[in-house]
Amino acid sequence: MTKSALKVAQGDGVMTDIKDKVIAIIAEQAVLEPADVSMDNTLEDVGIDSLGLVECIFAIEEAFDIQVPFNANEPNQSDFDISTIASIIAGVEKLVAEQHA
Amino acid sequence: MKRVVITGAGTINAIGHNVAETLESFREGRCGIAELDVRDSERLSVTIGAQVKNFSSEGLFNRQQMVLYDRFTMFALIAAREAIGQSGLEFSGELAAKTGAVLGNSGGGMTTLDENYRSVYEDGKNRVHPFVVPKLMNNAAASHVSMEFNLKGPTFTVSSACASSNHAMSQAFQMVRTGMSPVMITGGSESMLCFGGVKAWEGLRVMSKDGCRPFSANRNGMVQGEGAGVFVFEELEHAQKRGAEILAEVIGFAMTSDASDIVMPSKQGAARAISGAIQDARLNPSDVGYINAHGTGTAANDKTESAAVADAFGRHADTLMISSTKSMHGHLIGGTGAVELLACIMAVRDGIIAPTISYEEPDPECALDVVPNEAREAKVEVALSNAFAFGGLNAVLALRRFA
Repeated sequence: MTKSALKVAQGDGVMTDIKDKVIAIIAEQAVLEPADVSMDNTLEDVGIDSLGLVECIFAIEEAFDIQVPFNANEPNQSDFDISTIASIIAGVEKLVAEQHA
Repeated sequence: MKRVVITGAGTINAIGHNVAETLESFREGRCGIAELDVRDSERLSVTIGAQVKNFSSEGLFNRQQMVLYDRFTMFALIAAREAIGQSGLEFSGELAAKTGAVLGNSGGGMTTLDENYRSVYEDGKNRVHPFVVPKLMNNAAASHVSMEFNLKGPTFTVSSACASSNHAMSQAFQMVRTGMSPVMITGGSESMLCFGGVKAWEGLRVMSKDGCRPFSANRNGMVQGEGAGVFVFEELEHAQKRGAEILAEVIGFAMTSDASDIVMPSKQGAARAISGAIQDARLNPSDVGYINAHGTGTAANDKTESAAVADAFGRHADTLMISSTKSMHGHLIGGTGAVELLACIMAVRDGIIAPTISYEEPDPECALDVVPNEAREAKVEVALSNAFAFGGLNAVLALRRFA
C-alpha cells in the first residue's frame, strides 16, 4: 500500500478523507476546483467522458490501493455505481472497507 | 487500371495452423479462446485469449533464425510460405525487383520487449542479447519475408492498430492495380499475448474476462488473439498467363479517419469507409452479400458498426449477412484483417458464410443478420471486410467471386 493510501485508510476521519480524495481526483480529471464538484453531479455534468472515467478509476485504485470492478462494456452492471459523485464515493468507501478489512 | 486477384493464401492462428484448418474451423464454428498460458498469468485479471497452441518453431526454423525471429515474425513467415507456395511463384529477375511485402502489425516484437524488460528491470541484468532491436522492430516480419523469398520491391510495415492489415492490403492492392508491381505479398501478423501485452490492454477495461460474444446483447468486451494471414495479390493477366489458381478478385477499398476520438468509434467514419469501398469497386450497395465485421465484441464497436452498416446500405442492411469471426480466432489487432479476409474468400469462392459464434441474446442496437452460431451456405458475389481501429482509422476492402 502507498503511504498516502495507508493514511487515508487508517487515519481518523477515514470517510471524510475518502470523500475529499475522490473529489480531488475527479476535479483534477475534470479540470475543475474541488469546490465546484458537487455530490449530486454526474460525470457527464463535470465533463468526464469514457476515457476520463477509466483514468479516474485508475487513480482511485492507486490512491486507495483497491481493485475497482469496472468493465467499460457494461458500466451499469458492476457493483460499482458511477451514476453520481456521491455514488462513486460510497462505492470507494465500501471497497476500502472490504479490501482493507 | 489493372485487375487484381488473389493467387495464394496462408495463415496461422488459434483455430488453424494453415488455411484449410482455419476454413474448416469457420465452417464448424470452432472457438480458439481458452485460458491463457503465459508467465505470471496469476497477476492478470484477464486470463483468456486465443493463443496459437501446439506451436513449435522446431523444424520450421534453424537455430540462427530462432534466435533472430520474434513470434510475430515467425507467424508471418509461416503464413507467407503457405501463400507463396500455393501461388507457385518464384521470385527472380524483373519479378523479384518489382515484388515487395507490405504487412500490417501493431505491437512489434512484444514478446521480445516483455522478456528483455524483465531481464533488465526485474532481474537487474545490465546486458541484453544483441538481437533485441532487430527482433522487436515492427518491420522485422516484412523484412524477413522479403529476405526469405527474394522480394526486392516496395517492402514496409503499416501500423494502424486494429486496421493495420486492411491498410497494408489496401496499399498492396493499389500497387498492383496501378501497374507499379505485378505481384505483392501482403497481410499482417501480431503476437502480443504475453504478460505485458495483456496487462496493457487490461488497463483500458474493454477486455472480456469470459468470452467474445460479438453483437450479442450480453457481450462484455474483446478477447485478444494472435497469428498471421498473408496473401499473394497478383495482376490478373500475369496470373492467367501462368495458369495460376485464382481464389478471388480484389475489387476496391477505402480508408477514412474519424478525426474525433482516440478510442471511441464513429458511425460516420465507418460508414464513409464502407460506402467508399463500394464506390471504389463501382458497385451498388445491393451487390454486397456478406460483410466480415470488425465485430470486436465491445459495447461501443458493435452498436456503432451496426449503425454504420444500416446507414451505408439502407434497406439492404436487413438482407445482407454480417458476421464476426473474432468470436472464434479472437482479435489479432494488427493481423486481424488478414485472417478475416479468409472468411471473405470462403464466402465468395465456396459459398459458405462463417458464423458469429457465442451469440446468445439479440441486441436491438445490432439488429442485423449476424449469421448466429452456425455457418450458412449462400451464394455471395461480393464481400466486404471491415476494420475500424483505435485512433479512428478505418479501412474496408471489397472482394468479388472470380468466375
